[in-house]
Amino acid sequence: MAECHPVGFQWVMEAKARGAKIIHVDPRFTRTSAVSDLHVPLRAGSDIAFVGGLINYVLSAGKEFREYVTAYTNASTIVGADYVDSEDLGGLFSGWDDETHVYDPSSWAYEGVNVGASAGKREEGAGAESAGGESGAQGAERSKDAEQSHQFGSGGASLGEGAKIQTDPTLTHPRCVFQVLKRHFARYTPEMVQEVCGVPPELFGQVAEALTDNSGRERTSAFCYAVGWTHHSTGVQYIRTAAILQLLLGNIGRPGGGIMALRGHASIQGSTDIPTLYNILPGYLPMPHAHQHESLDSYVERNGSATGYWAYMRAYAVSLLKAYWGDAATAENDFCFDYLPRVTGDHSTYATVRDQIEGKVPGYFILGQNPAVGSANAKMQRLGLANLDWLVVRDFVVIESASFWLNGPEIETGELETTKIPTEVFFMPAAAHTEKDGTFTQTQRMLQWHHQAVEPPGDCRSELWFYYQLGRKLREKLAGSTDERDRPLLDLAWDYPTDDHGDPDAEAVLQEINGRGPGGDLLSAYTQLTGDGSTSCGCWIYCGVYADGVNQAARRTPGREQNYVAPEWGWAWPANRRILYNRASADPEGRPWSERKAYVQWDEAQGRWVGPDVPDFEPTKRPDYVPPEDATAEHAIGGSDPFIMQADGKGWLFVPSGLVDGPLPTHYEPHESPVSNPMYAQQSNPARENYGGAYNMLNPVPGDPGEDLFPYVYTTYRLTEHHTAGGMSRFVPYLSELQPAFFCEVSPELAAERGLEAGGWATIITARTAIEARVLVTDRMVPLRAGGKVIHQIGLPYHWGPNGISTGDAANELLSVALDPNVHIQDTKALTCDIQPGRRPRGPALLRYVENYRWRGGITAETGKQARTTGPASASTQGSTS
Amino acid sequence: MTQTTANHLFGPLDPAAEAGYPDHPPRLGFFTDTTVCIGCKACEVACKEWNNVPEDGIDFLGLSYDNTGSLGASTWRHVAFIEQASIEQPKPLGAQEPGVTGRHAPVVDLGMPSTAPPGTTAGADGRTEFRWLMSSDVCKHCTHAACLDVCPTGALFRTEFGTVVVQQDVCNGCGYCVPACPYGVIDQRKGDGRAWKCTLCYDRLQGGLTPACAKACPTESIQFGVLDELRERAAARVEQLHAAGISDARLYGADPTDGVGGAGAFFLLLDEPEVYGLPPDPVVTTRDLPSMWLHAGAAALTLLAGVVSTFWGRR
Amino acid sequence: MVPEAEFTSYYGRPVVKAPRWSWDIPAYLFLGGLSGGSAMLGAGGDLSGRPALRRAGRLGGLAAITASVGLLVHDVGRPERFLNMLRVAKPTSPMSMGTWIISAYAPGIGVAAVSELLPVLPRAIRDSPLGAVLRVSARPAGLAAAAIAPAVASYTAVLLADTAVPAWHEAHRELPFVFIGSSAASAAGLGLVFAPVGEAGPARRLATFGAIMELGTSRRIENQLGLAGEAFTTGKPARLLATASNLTAGGVLLATLLARRSRLAAVVAGVALLAGGVFERFGLYHAGIESANDPKYTVVPQRRRLEQEGPVRADS
Ligand SMILES: Nc1nc2c(c(=O)[nH]1)N[C@H]1C(S)=C(S)[C@@H](COP(=O)(O)OP(=O)(O)OC[C@H]3O[C@@H](n4cnc5c(=O)[nH]c(N)nc54)[C@H](O)[C@@H]3O)O[C@H]1N2
Ligand SMILES: Nc1nc2c(c(=O)[nH]1)N[C@H]1C(S)=C(S)[C@@H](COP(=O)(O)OP(=O)(O)OC[C@H]3O[C@@H](n4cnc5c(=O)[nH]c(N)nc54)[C@H](O)[C@@H]3O)O[C@H]1N2
Ligand code: SF4
Ligand code: SF4
Ligand code: SF4
Ligand code: SF4
Ligand code: SF4
Ligand SMILES: [Mo]
Repeated sequence: MAECHPVGFQWVMEAKARGAKIIHVDPRFTRTSAVSDLHVPLRAGSDIAFVGGLINYVLSAGKEFREYVTAYTNASTIVGADYVDSEDLGGLFSGWDDETHVYDPSSWAYEGVNVGASAGKREEGAGAESAGGESGAQGAERSKDAEQSHQFGSGGASLGEGAKIQTDPTLTHPRCVFQVLKRHFARYTPEMVQEVCGVPPELFGQVAEALTDNSGRERTSAFCYAVGWTHHSTGVQYIRTAAILQLLLGNIGRPGGGIMALRGHASIQGSTDIPTLYNILPGYLPMPHAHQHESLDSYVERNGSATGYWAYMRAYAVSLLKAYWGDAATAENDFCFDYLPRVTGDHSTYATVRDQIEGKVPGYFILGQNPAVGSANAKMQRLGLANLDWLVVRDFVVIESASFWLNGPEIETGELETTKIPTEVFFMPAAAHTEKDGTFTQTQRMLQWHHQAVEPPGDCRSELWFYYQLGRKLREKLAGSTDERDRPLLDLAWDYPTDDHGDPDAEAVLQEINGRGPGGDLLSAYTQLTGDGSTSCGCWIYCGVYADGVNQAARRTPGREQNYVAPEWGWAWPANRRILYNRASADPEGRPWSERKAYVQWDEAQGRWVGPDVPDFEPTKRPDYVPPEDATAEHAIGGSDPFIMQADGKGWLFVPSGLVDGPLPTHYEPHESPVSNPMYAQQSNPARENYGGAYNMLNPVPGDPGEDLFPYVYTTYRLTEHHTAGGMSRFVPYLSELQPAFFCEVSPELAAERGLEAGGWATIITARTAIEARVLVTDRMVPLRAGGKVIHQIGLPYHWGPNGISTGDAANELLSVALDPNVHIQDTKALTCDIQPGRRPRGPALLRYVENYRWRGGITAETGKQARTTGPASASTQGSTS
Repeated sequence: MTQTTANHLFGPLDPAAEAGYPDHPPRLGFFTDTTVCIGCKACEVACKEWNNVPEDGIDFLGLSYDNTGSLGASTWRHVAFIEQASIEQPKPLGAQEPGVTGRHAPVVDLGMPSTAPPGTTAGADGRTEFRWLMSSDVCKHCTHAACLDVCPTGALFRTEFGTVVVQQDVCNGCGYCVPACPYGVIDQRKGDGRAWKCTLCYDRLQGGLTPACAKACPTESIQFGVLDELRERAAARVEQLHAAGISDARLYGADPTDGVGGAGAFFLLLDEPEVYGLPPDPVVTTRDLPSMWLHAGAAALTLLAGVVSTFWGRR
Repeated sequence: MVPEAEFTSYYGRPVVKAPRWSWDIPAYLFLGGLSGGSAMLGAGGDLSGRPALRRAGRLGGLAAITASVGLLVHDVGRPERFLNMLRVAKPTSPMSMGTWIISAYAPGIGVAAVSELLPVLPRAIRDSPLGAVLRVSARPAGLAAAAIAPAVASYTAVLLADTAVPAWHEAHRELPFVFIGSSAASAAGLGLVFAPVGEAGPARRLATFGAIMELGTSRRIENQLGLAGEAFTTGKPARLLATASNLTAGGVLLATLLARRSRLAAVVAGVALLAGGVFERFGLYHAGIESANDPKYTVVPQRRRLEQEGPVRADS
């Protein structure tokens, strides 16, 4: 966190100054470790085992916050009898289909509650399209299913109609979630943690004690994570593990608690809320599917929920359509629902790149991204880019994604020839954030307005300008067209006040996002939205950012002039709430769990919830409110159910539906790992998306021939001094001089083992390719003993590429594409490689060098792809393999 | 204790008053608390941005995360990174707990730690405790500033805030200030010839602003303010750390009776100064100036006598 | 050989910065010293009626100081601003003092030297009022320069010593004596080269005096300064200084034994002394540079002092 979020880290330092204990869990000793009280080096890719060990510690020692757990989580909920845990299936959950390689989640459902039906219904009609090509039907199936999970947006799955959840408040029923959980994590002992993660039991014990001592009524602990946890083929389940632990400890919805996702690019949270993702619309509304969502009604029916706040999905969707198409959107034409583009399957970035290589993508826009350096398997990215008709790149500098045809590594090796690349590249200079008005939405869902400080130089223009002007020109060209398919474009509400440069007024855009009521007045809360077309709103969760006609995101009241929650600094969605689910900060009766940790509480005299923050609850709903049988929407949420976005109002320890790779997290090895899974016969996440293929060959795993070829683990990460793919740092002298070269971090032991010379060069090899890096020998890297082996880990910052002031090979040349099936994120954190002293071969010799490795390992486009594994015969797995 | 009598060349004094500002603002300076430095180098970059300092070379040094190496003409803030793999006693602040048993072997006293690049001193059996110290160094704005004392052009001068600044339009690049500084701070810039160093953001101070580096520091490792207040705050911080069991914590440069009359920029360190590349107990060279002139005078007379005697009475 | 000092530093990087000067500066030190000694020798020759010695001293003094100042100007980063040196007069800045010393010294040696050129100048000049003034003022000017010359010869020692360079600063008591010794020996060398054997007596004696001062004090530096002394006895500085000692000692020996009889021996002795002076200055200079570049010279003595005597403190 100190490395990548140094400004946010000041609050950690402040907490430390006030006595907080900081524990850092990371394979490497980083700047964060340097100021932490405890650093826990562990084997990359093993955190589910580590956190699972903590869960087991809590459960077996009875250290959970029992009252909280019973009242606020689904611990007492009875799971259906069909459910079989991974402990009993050698690492698989019930519902696995060996043919399609996907789970049927129906057996994960709560007892007597038709969760599966909802998911089943959503599947209808999908899968008709076949991805074809090398990915085959399997890929299409999988991606279709993965996409379902996204459609739950922030709401989770609905419970189905007439749901009557069965519970056992004593938490003793063998099929209640609590007992399921206990059994599931029982083998995650300190010894197992040592075996899997390489963390000695004493050290593990220190963490466990510190965490449990600091949780409960009087104290709370927080988890902070970023992509060290998400960039795994089991990334979503990593966070789930933390969520389970935090719920058990009562650390959610309370001050000082929570799980902080430290986000990436300055407004990456904003670009999830108002997404740049293919499968959601603003405010986490699912993108309609070509075959499932014929009408607005069917769309709302399939994606909404009868209970909880997702019951108002129609209001959110219609208001969005009104914001898009204004007066053209009427009740008669389904508010132009038909105009919305449709998804037909997985259109995520890696799927699109595969399609590019297969010649299915004619044109491409790259804005604010540098995939030729920043995305896993950079070669695959470039081969995709080199197979387009046209490409538009908007950036400040000529990044590698715009110059791949001239100086990309494939030109050097002869794999591509400049004159034979068909892609026509348009480079458009972009304006930086300091050169334009707008908002950043940060990690706490807080929008902060930034004012233009200087005019952009030369031809540089903002994104707003670019898209507005592009839309205007397209509409000009199409004006008068009678073709039906041009209507969506021609009917768009596309008028914004512009300045002398033709730049639209950013505040006008924010107002459109905020939404307007029937009289055109700005709305102040999403509860005002309606489904009848009388309101418009560009993103329902952002409704209120322009409340009272004031740009709330631009507020900067100093901390000393307001309470400690600082509600008048910027504006956080939803409804300027700073801690989500903060009803959980009070006990079921509405009293604070403790005076120390008082936050939001019920004030009987006023008959409402009060506190320094905006209560995340209906303000006047009594704590003792019990919903009537037939209640819908928020009325179905009880007065002591804090998790109001969930259909049952509970924090989910066990996830009956919504995830494609299991209802509980379980330890799988990274898809490339030097060790056999010590826990199960199943080696890796069976549901992971594994691209394989000629440009994406996979390193052998234990049991394969050639398993010793790539004996080391490498992980990739960031340096404070650089930014992601380098477009904003490698071209800047002041940053380049601070980290002037691509380097690898190795322990003295590994350096000795391979003869690597400090300050010299090393070549790092995978089945994909080989790259070279300067050698930084450091005691910050420690070998670990795990999976019966000494594991050497290599650290590779991934910022470099051939352009700029500070140049070097890109770490992403090494990576393969293997994705988490829920969110299609690539595994960048735990892979295997070999390392050799000296520089890499150049030109075509590089190809031969790597080919030699493949030959020695028997590696082909087909190897290493198996989803389901039974484990090597010799593996000392303790789990049942039936 | 080596005692020397205070005078204009040595010992505590108010530098701005000494320089002839009768009604001057309080002396301003830095307290750099290295215990909270996270090595982000925001100070280095902010300094360059504000002061238009050019890039200082794209060289991979392989010295932990330090690639600028030291303070210099084009690096006015410098963050040192010290990897301590072998320390005699367990020290707080980040412990590396390896899983490989070999590393649990007793700690070997290597005698000369950290003179070599990181990772080359300790072996597999060399460590159980590990820490990574970071510290942002800067010109000390000495009470008795050797650089200023020896500058033959008056380019270096004392400001009303008690700080030491080079007037770039006066400096003729004689380079004399460079070896004079007991901390190796000031340097001549290649190609430009003149001497450059931290100005303590004189322009910002005149405008009532905080220096750029302190402003950018996210953790308040760099604290800017009235020197007397900073000294009090620092003393309290050391006490707090001692109470917390961090007995290594010590101030460096805070004592107005020390060899440079107290630094305008002083530090809280967790180890000996030399570990951070700082001299353990520097003394301003001009303390000995009277003795130097005296000896030079004696030598001159000796020469005179010698020459006269060679001619005396002989043919 | 002192055992390898145990100490800690930051990756072995220097603590203090060596001056960024080039060979200009040791050459300037040599020439300045040579000039001072020569001016005195010239004045002695003048007063004692040794015209050749006088001529050599005066002309050598001017040539050396001119070259010396030229090198100094060349070495500053902004030569066009060299004269900014004259903005201030600062006793705490030996360079400032030196500038003023040279400013006071140069006109005298200049007039005295130019007057030596009168015989070879065109008659028009010789007979002009200027010529007359030159003739009249030659002696007072030469004597004035000679009076300042000891300062010219010794201030440069303070110039080096008044720095944080360990070898120089630690030797601040001794350096002036080495410098005047070297200055005397070099000037003597000049006298031996240019004055006939009959006039060169003082030069021969001055060589002995200079050598004793230079070599004697050098030994003292090497043996008495502790670790700082090591900077003079190891590596490149040691080689330079050993060469200097050999040349100087050889020059003196030759001067005392043979130069009285042989002009050739006198010239060889003179050249050896001059060369010895050059090596001496380069040796002293490099000892300083190496002591600044190796952090041990800064850290170890300070650390020892701290451990033995506690921190340096002013008793206010
Ligand atoms: N200076 C700087 N700041 C940035 C960025 C930048 O490029 N430069 N990028 C921004 C962006 S886009 C993002 S997404 C964030 C990312 O912020 P972070 O996630 O903090 O960034 P990373 O350095 O990629 O990874 C964090 C750490 O994960 C560790 N790690 C690797 N594998 C594992 C594992 O299996 N388990 C555990 N526990 N740790 C592991 C790595 O050693 C690394 O130290 O940073 C943002 N901030
Ligand atoms: N191996 C490995 N690979 C990784 C990761 C990892 O940890 N390891 N992390 C992944 C993560 S989390 C991320 S976020 C990606 C990041 O990777 P990318 O998004 O591919 O790379 P960036 O360098 O962040 O690209 C952003 C570009 O946007 C430009 N830019 C900045 N502001 C603007 C603007 O206002 N308008 C326009 N048009 N352009 C602008 C910048 O100059 C820069 O070139 O990398 C991913 N790849
Ligand atoms: S770069 Fe921006 S987002 Fe990142 S830490 Fe600095 S201020 Fe925060
Ligand atoms: S630290 Fe050095 S450069 Fe700074 S004021 Fe002191 S002597 Fe001068
Ligand atoms: S280099 Fe400039 S600042 Fe330094 S002493 Fe010479 S004139 Fe003064
Ligand atoms: S005070 Fe100003 S000049 Fe000095 S280091 Fe800080 S930013 Fe640079
Ligand atoms: S800005 Fe502050 S925290 Fe960052 S390196 Fe500088 S002193 Fe340390
Ligand atoms: Mo990111």
